[in-house]
Amino acid sequence: MAVVTLNVNGQDVAVPAGASLLEATRAAAADVPTLCHLDGLNPVSSCRLCLVEVEGSTKLLPACSTAAAEGMVVHTHTPRLREYRRMTVELFFAEGNHVCAVCVANTHCELQDMAVTVGMDHSRFPYQYPQRSVDASHPQFTLDHNRCILCTRCVRVCDEIEGAHVWDIGSRGGHCHIVAGLDEPWGQVQACTSCGKCVEVCPTGALFRNTDTTAEKQPDASLPALLRSARDQHRWHNQ
Amino acid sequence: MTPTPPAAKLRLATVWLAGCSGCHMSFLDLDEFLFDLAEKVDVVFSPVGTDVKIYPENVDIALVEGAVANVDNLELALQVRERTALVISFGDCAVTANVPGLRNLLDGGHDGAKAVLERGYLELADATGQLPFAPGIVPELLPKVLPLHEVIPVDLYLPGCPPSAERIREAITPLMAGERPVMEGPAMLRFG
Repeated sequence: MAVVTLNVNGQDVAVPAGASLLEATRAAAADVPTLCHLDGLNPVSSCRLCLVEVEGSTKLLPACSTAAAEGMVVHTHTPRLREYRRMTVELFFAEGNHVCAVCVANTHCELQDMAVTVGMDHSRFPYQYPQRSVDASHPQFTLDHNRCILCTRCVRVCDEIEGAHVWDIGSRGGHCHIVAGLDEPWGQVQACTSCGKCVEVCPTGALFRNTDTTAEKQPDASLPALLRSARDQHRWHNQ
Repeated sequence: MTPTPPAAKLRLATVWLAGCSGCHMSFLDLDEFLFDLAEKVDVVFSPVGTDVKIYPENVDIALVEGAVANVDNLELALQVRERTALVISFGDCAVTANVPGLRNLLDGGHDGAKAVLERGYLELADATGQLPFAPGIVPELLPKVLPLHEVIPVDLYLPGCPPSAERIREAITPLMAGERPVMEGPAMLRFG
């Protein structure tokens, strides 16, 4: 197996050729934070939390979608990166309508956890209170756009794992939002198999089961990795 | 030989703006720690500790619960800042506007106060419904509910809905010794 060696935070690590920088940082136990990334799904680098510094590059690079290369020298937790990560999480809170105390995902929310990880004690950006809707047309699940951070995990798991491709992103810029089918009410999209994978991988309370109320959502974001290894390698990690 | 006079106590205030008082209930959950606290501080203003109506001068530390939602909240917040050395945003409503801030979403984001008043006093009322109007008696709602730090500079943030008694204790104990608490990790920082 071809191997590349690189340096992460002063530590030399060897990873298989083709591995991402994120995998290399994990090999160095660097604990780079992520929100949109999910093992088992293709990376999109939309959340920008995994940005790292690579010597020789003037740009910050998303670790999840950058290939590890021979001789790279990577820094994952410089003061600049820490500050940017905290700003990014503050912007997530400020640009949506996130009210942890009354959220279905309270205590099981990756955004709520990430605020702790990056040391966010308040948002330095004023809350925007965008006008967003709730799609409760599906008999089992609800999509609350107020809590969506556009990580696109739902889009990807439905397309790449379930093969139904119910979800997409509609509009542009600040108006971007998740759409079901051809921008229809979710409950009317015949392609939806009601498998619930989108609900399981959603990092916040944007997608939830109708039977769950405040702080009751308990998602299982390990599903894509489990299903992918079962299909590709016929290995069931949970057994 | 004259006995040493007791060290001057810190002057502590707790303030209740637009919140449910849950943060104050959590403060009371400090139980016997309140005895230790009482040896170190004078509670000079507090809805649960004094009957003082006017916010006093020369306050050392103020725990401010709640968002800024009406003209009384605004006036008191400004007084607190003017008369207090260290202002603490106490709980999620003060830190983020939280549940009181949900009305900012109404009326297309323009005037949530108008929207909630019309809903409560006109739309859901019988035929005699009317909007409350009593200048100087009923404080007027501000169009938008704001977190405390968007109104006055805040020195320390103590999130949580409510912050647990343990979190409150861990935050204020160092302050008693003139030190800053380390606000890091899930025990000290988590919203909600």
